[in-house]
Amino acid sequence: MAVPDDFREMFFVECGELLESLANGLREMEEPGYDKETVHAVFRAAHSIKGGAAAFALTALVTFAHRFETALDQIRSDRLLPDARVMAVMHRCSDCLADLVGAARQEDEPNTAQMTALLDELDRLSGEDKTGFGFVPLALDLSPPVPASGLVIRFAPQPDLYLSGNDPLALIHALRRLGPAEVALDASAVPLLEDWTADECHLRWTVTLTGNIAPEVIATVFEFVEDCCEIGISPLSADSLPAAEEPASFTPVPILLAVESAGDPADETAIAEPASGPGPQAARAVAAEAGATIRVNLDRVDRLMNMIGELVIKEAMLSQVIDTVGLSDNLDVAAGLDGIRQLADEIQDSVMAIRAQPLKLVFQRMHRILREASEATAKPARLITLGEQTEVDKTMIERLVDPLTHMIRNSVDHGLEDEVTRQRRGKPAQGTVTLSAAHRSGRVQIEVSDDGGGIDRGRVREIAESRGLIAPGTVLTPTEIDQLLFLPGFSSKQEVSAISGRGVGLDVVRREIMALGGRIMIHSVEGQGSTFSIALPLTLAVLEGMLIQLCDQTMVLPITSVQETLRPAPSALHGIGQAGRVVANRGDLIPIIDLGCIFGLRDQRASLDDGVLIVVETDSQRRAALHVDGIVDQRQVVIKSLEENYGRVAGVSAATILGDGKIALIIDPEEIVLSCAGDAGLVPRVLSANG
Amino acid sequence: MTVRILAIDDSPTMRSLVARALRGAGFEVFLASDGVEGIGTLADADPHLIITDVNMPRLDGFGVIEAVRTSGSHSGVPILVLTTERGDDLKARARRAGATGWIVKPFEDDQLIAVVDRVLGR
Repeated sequence: MAVPDDFREMFFVECGELLESLANGLREMEEPGYDKETVHAVFRAAHSIKGGAAAFALTALVTFAHRFETALDQIRSDRLLPDARVMAVMHRCSDCLADLVGAARQEDEPNTAQMTALLDELDRLSGEDKTGFGFVPLALDLSPPVPASGLVIRFAPQPDLYLSGNDPLALIHALRRLGPAEVALDASAVPLLEDWTADECHLRWTVTLTGNIAPEVIATVFEFVEDCCEIGISPLSADSLPAAEEPASFTPVPILLAVESAGDPADETAIAEPASGPGPQAARAVAAEAGATIRVNLDRVDRLMNMIGELVIKEAMLSQVIDTVGLSDNLDVAAGLDGIRQLADEIQDSVMAIRAQPLKLVFQRMHRILREASEATAKPARLITLGEQTEVDKTMIERLVDPLTHMIRNSVDHGLEDEVTRQRRGKPAQGTVTLSAAHRSGRVQIEVSDDGGGIDRGRVREIAESRGLIAPGTVLTPTEIDQLLFLPGFSSKQEVSAISGRGVGLDVVRREIMALGGRIMIHSVEGQGSTFSIALPLTLAVLEGMLIQLCDQTMVLPITSVQETLRPAPSALHGIGQAGRVVANRGDLIPIIDLGCIFGLRDQRASLDDGVLIVVETDSQRRAALHVDGIVDQRQVVIKSLEENYGRVAGVSAATILGDGKIALIIDPEEIVLSCAGDAGLVPRVLSANG
Repeated sequence: MTVRILAIDDSPTMRSLVARALRGAGFEVFLASDGVEGIGTLADADPHLIITDVNMPRLDGFGVIEAVRTSGSHSGVPILVLTTERGDDLKARARRAGATGWIVKPFEDDQLIAVVDRVLGR
């Protein structure tokens, strides 16, 4: 059927939802005492995909969905026990179905090898022979000889015809449209008035159709009533008159008369009366697809978000102008400005809420990743997801898929021990990987943790040394050893197994997370497992920043990385080695970094008597005190990509536009701290290779 | 006079396809996304014909037929069942339940309209 593209797209969107509920349902079916409705829902999902796919002539998808659905039907009718073995196949079928949908959407060739293998397994499970689709072609049990010049059709409905909603009048209409017709009514079976009921049909007809009409066409007309009617079709002999064929009691009656007496009274009313009942408004309300959601093109939301960015900037500009003309003390002006600021904040929150999507969308996909990793490594494992409803920006959802996929694989492959080791350690044979998400102090925290053996730091050290990443004998804290995992070149193709490998190391994961303005940390306890934590900003568009003064520049420091600000007493300052300076703070020695020198704004380090120290903490829980000239303000800034508009600048993550219209760079504390690690002399040199 | 058709299907894609075909043929179309919603729409839509999917959450196609046939005011409305199965089982079941006829998916727009016209006697 020729179907417009937007219907196709709608179908694939629907498929996405159906596949999700299918996969969810299958997982629920593995829980003890699951609801029977779950199986029905799973069945319906496969069935709906099949139905839609058929409309778009996606043959492979239809074939597969049909067999899958058959197996699910066997489960729901208790003919197939959903044990672990069966469920494993069901999961793989769900994956395969997703792949077929994906291939169809991309208009790629479906992976028939995968499909055929699964179809065979389904056959084995259900003990069925391959009967293909199981669709029985429409059987026509009416096969009179080919007519010469016409057909005589005798049509005698059973009294209960009306109960099925069929109308003899409609059937006669349909016959009359096939060619010139003569209709004769036989009212002889109509009972006497006292026995007569309106909902029973006692009339019979003989229709004589002239012309060359195939009996199959007639069969189609009676398709729905062949069980509740006596139908006789015979060829019209050239000399036979319709009346001659009738029993003597048949009295020809003009069709219109027949019409008036034949119809079900209730039905007639329904057709004859104009739309008197429902008013146009009610009709519209019902006709509109139910539900309080609309689909909006993402571009429109993006445009809105950009405009809000501009609004934030304009508001900052206005506030600056008001300041300049000396009106900032005027209470009315201040109140008005406050109102605008608050409104801009609220609009921004609302738009962020529009763009926000639950992490469920990514988390759901991880079940399959885990299943595949578990199969590939022969380590039994399960995935627990928590906080799926935590919402993040839509862009982030898409860009989290790859890093999370890699981390899940990594957890199974490198985190979990094999079955034997686990049993020796007194752990359940099945390993657990937990994927959780939560909002935490203005950021989204995502954690991937496993109950495996934890990071084998001795081995990590060995590998790092053998790859020349650290000098042999370098003194490293456990946290620092863990950080080695994120070094480019730590994982190599020989070492990485087929599953978590593909030449991608955790360094790539880290880079991707950083590109999202996030950071990643490891926490590992030997024998108990490891946790990878990702902290992400809520949005990629706006950032809460501390505006700092640096020579003649205003720069922005993300507030999330700022721990505290200091004006240290001279006694707290110490020199280390030739160039290093540290500040003593709460029992810690924190390396000092002169931001002015880093950005080449001054040649000489500024005196620590002037300015302020801002203590920042990075992803790797590394701390540094950034020396700046002063703190100007704290406010929301709109993030503008520097890479898109200019190019990459070391130590800078993005730019923003300030109230005075000037551009300010947004500092990336992580990069600054890592690149200066050697300078302070406290951080192992190797890590500076990271920056 | 406009002929009103109530189409009940849990798949938005199928609903849209059916609605498009029917509206293209000049019918007024009312949509419902499952049996319960369909039955709830009955009084407002006051349809001349109902087209319903079989497998639906809450109330399936057979449930819809039963509810319509016992509804009193709409008990005589023709009901077409939309199905992917062509087998005799389903036909027999549909007939027993009181369906007027069935349409096998996938269908061309004109096939759908032809069946609708036939049942409505247009």
